[in-house]
Amino acid sequence: MTTTTVEKKITPEIIKAHGITTDEYSRILKILGREPNITELGMFSVMWSEHCSYKNSKPILKLFSKMNAELPRQEALLVKPGEENAGIIDIGDGWAICFKIESHNHPSAIEPFQGAATGVGGILRDIFTMGARPVLLMNSLRFGDLKQTITQRLFKGVVAGISHYGNCMGIPTVGGEVYFDPCYEGNPLVNAMALGLIRKDEIVRGSATGIGNSVYYLGAATGRDGLGGAAFASKELSEESHEDRPAVQAGDPFMEKLLLEACLELLKTDAVVGMQDMGAAGLTCAGCETASRGNSAVEIDLQYVPRRETGMIPYEIMLSESQERMLVIVKKGREGEVERIFDKWDLHAVKIGEVVAGNDYIVKDNGKIVAQIPAKALADDGPVYVREEQKPAYLAETASLDLSKIAEPKDFGAVLLKLLGHPSIASKAWVWEQYDHMVRTDTVLYPGHDAALIRVKGTNKGIAVSTDCNSMYVYLDPYRGGTIAVAEAARNVACTGARPIGMTNCLNYGNPMKPEIFWQFHQSVLGLIESCKTLEIPVTGGNVSFYNESPQAAVFPTPTISIVGLIDNIENRVPSSFQNAGDLIFIIGETKNEIGASHYLMVEHGLQKGVPPVLDLQREKKLQQFLIEAAAEKQVNSAHDTSEGGLAVALAECCFKSEKGLGAVIDGLELIRGGDLREDAIYFGESQSRVIVSVNSGKKESLIKLAMKYDLSVLPLGKVGGKELVMDKLQVSVEKLKQVFDSTIPAIMES
Amino acid sequence: MKAAVIVFPGSNCDTDCEHALKTVMGMDVQMVWHKDAVLPKVDLVVIPGGFSYGDYLRTGAIAKFSPIMDEVKKHAERGGLVIGICNGFQILLESGLLPGAMLRNRSQHFICKHVWLKTESVNTPFTSQLKAGQLLNVPVAHGEGNYYCDDATLKTLQDNKQIVFTYSNEKGEVNDSTNINGSRANIAGICNAKRNVLGMMPHPERASENILSSWDGRSIWESLLNQAGAVAK
Repeated sequence: MTTTTVEKKITPEIIKAHGITTDEYSRILKILGREPNITELGMFSVMWSEHCSYKNSKPILKLFSKMNAELPRQEALLVKPGEENAGIIDIGDGWAICFKIESHNHPSAIEPFQGAATGVGGILRDIFTMGARPVLLMNSLRFGDLKQTITQRLFKGVVAGISHYGNCMGIPTVGGEVYFDPCYEGNPLVNAMALGLIRKDEIVRGSATGIGNSVYYLGAATGRDGLGGAAFASKELSEESHEDRPAVQAGDPFMEKLLLEACLELLKTDAVVGMQDMGAAGLTCAGCETASRGNSAVEIDLQYVPRRETGMIPYEIMLSESQERMLVIVKKGREGEVERIFDKWDLHAVKIGEVVAGNDYIVKDNGKIVAQIPAKALADDGPVYVREEQKPAYLAETASLDLSKIAEPKDFGAVLLKLLGHPSIASKAWVWEQYDHMVRTDTVLYPGHDAALIRVKGTNKGIAVSTDCNSMYVYLDPYRGGTIAVAEAARNVACTGARPIGMTNCLNYGNPMKPEIFWQFHQSVLGLIESCKTLEIPVTGGNVSFYNESPQAAVFPTPTISIVGLIDNIENRVPSSFQNAGDLIFIIGETKNEIGASHYLMVEHGLQKGVPPVLDLQREKKLQQFLIEAAAEKQVNSAHDTSEGGLAVALAECCFKSEKGLGAVIDGLELIRGGDLREDAIYFGESQSRVIVSVNSGKKESLIKLAMKYDLSVLPLGKVGGKELVMDKLQVSVEKLKQVFDSTIPAIMES
Repeated sequence: MKAAVIVFPGSNCDTDCEHALKTVMGMDVQMVWHKDAVLPKVDLVVIPGGFSYGDYLRTGAIAKFSPIMDEVKKHAERGGLVIGICNGFQILLESGLLPGAMLRNRSQHFICKHVWLKTESVNTPFTSQLKAGQLLNVPVAHGEGNYYCDDATLKTLQDNKQIVFTYSNEKGEVNDSTNINGSRANIAGICNAKRNVLGMMPHPERASENILSSWDGRSIWESLLNQAGAVAK
């Protein structure tokens, strides 16, 4: 897909082949004051790709920073979005957390195993580049219809790739989400999230400062793999994409494990000035970004770059996206320490250049300059576009849902089983049992709870994480869907008793050149911001992935949200499932006549229509405050939010996820009924800001009092016990519910 | 009790073992780099889990050439205690301290979950505080834990009661349906004829504290501490 000879004259065809527009090329001419050579053109093309420059999303992403600036508790945000490889938040007692989510969609579509594996590798490097030790991984995966063999192949490959990389690194993959919808056919979404722990005073910046300091290349040797991967990730997938295979990188988790340990050991010395991983756009990006952040110039000579292939030209070396590599700026005179530590770990540590006077990124090959570009221009001054927007036409059609035409089901028990057997709702144990989710011995709430929870050894603190996005909601109402994505992920975290303290997002959309897609993007980001603002959750950064389209259509707009929460005393954590027979069950929050955009409507009536449920953010905030206080005061024995599948699915999950397979008798639905409320809305509707809690019978009064303090509706629904889930219109054994929930995915994948 | 945890490139349960033995059980623990030529004077050597050398050849196949492994062998020959967990068990097999080999799990998948172990022998320093047949809830996390040996070896293991743990269910039944990875005779852990070297696929260090999903693994460390106490007396 790219030309490979240095002497080649730059022609309009070559410029076009690099995805550079005529305007962008004029900009390059102006920056350089001359024509670029092929190496320089290649460097501009990767740095100015959407993946690296966010040229189509910058004006919208700025809104996150604006929102952050208006939040209380500013001081907790130690590293803000866009400043570094990942954001950092103070969690007290000298500790901070560093976290980020990133996409690896296009590589995974072409080569699911390697694509997903290197996605994990890349996000981990973003974390340890900052000096943090990664302590957990999460992911959000979206595939087409699981009945399709192609989906099964992608699903299997992606899970195996994540498992391979995360397990070998010894970092637990503590949860995530997997959805299946035909809109993701041929263009799966693979979003990987990592979180690391760091001492507040040990944060490392990715900047090159101090003239005379050495520039070191650490880790794996450079090959031709992933050549131009960043530019590749910024194209729509087509039939020909499968010929782009060399653009997908190959990962080596063992190498990365060594790199992680060596880098963290190196950072214990104070010999390091700055560190930056070589991920997307490889050596090009690492060099110009460190120079740009450091307001300095960096000069390297390619003759010193370790290679695993012969005959590589500067163009290829500069654009290679070989994995498991780091660029480190080392204090002059301290080089020996670096080399000693890397020798211990049997890794390359080669001085390839120096920080020099000026502002340029200077690349030499055997002493001869092969590229010289102002670092800031390359790193930060790429083009920025304000794209056209237009409300999509489909919304008028999908919004018109006539409830009177939707018949109530005859057999509510059968509908419940059907929902539990839908691959998006069914148990994902087949997935997370392939992930080592307990290495490091910190995982206190395993996958399958509302949020995963890890302890911080040596403290009483716990960190809860939830990754979530109901993309059908976002498709049917981008703004409201955006608000719900944040609210629900935060609610999941609050259910465990943790206070949401930060958000990272991975924004997956179709082609931004299409006004309707850009409108989806803009509206949903406004929704995310509205929620974060009200719930006072700062955004630490994230990633944008456009061009998620298969030949048929764009994927649902999917802003995947990861919310991180802090629980001060982990002994107060709250599980999601019922704990004791005899406990009383309450529903907190109001149930409305809302079946639009629900999984019930999709699974039972075959409709992806209507508008998502209403979200009252002030009420949501109170609900979360209630959950956090209820946990701190040990009021509740379990808390589980209602989401896809509504109350019936949530109750079923509270039953069969309990260790003892506890049933429940629900005799209080009459309290919910009233007005024109439909029965299917009570059972399967997805009204927001609702949580099912169970409490000791002696705590009934205090629970009601606490709910009233926050002005929340609280209704007694029934009692935990027995071996069945009994509601007015259904009676199913917990064993049967569990069997359907557990067997769906293995039955498809192991057949 | 003094213990050494051997760290190979790619070990990733080394700090978990350190935490369980030192912080939780109060042992005196040293981390020993695989390139070290000398093993400090300790009672117990722990070979932790992970992916030593990336497991690119066969699991544990390269780790056996590390300089420290000669020292570990000498330690075992002297009667010193050695426990190999998960990848550590694989390393013990590759270095000949225990018989047999590991194959890929029958399901072809990596498996990470809690399993029930049945204690088949309490006549080891690692299980002396357990009751015969006692069930332990301990997690596994491996892709290649399908223990294989030939018939003659299996007979020796059985005759000498060298099978220490088998995969069972919560009722203590040991059969093919409780065999999570296809191991011969449901073997989860074995010891050598001298009974001072134990290899096991499940991770007791992940089940040593109340806050984790199980703390049944503690009984192994308690047995060792009790053993050390008895020797000291």
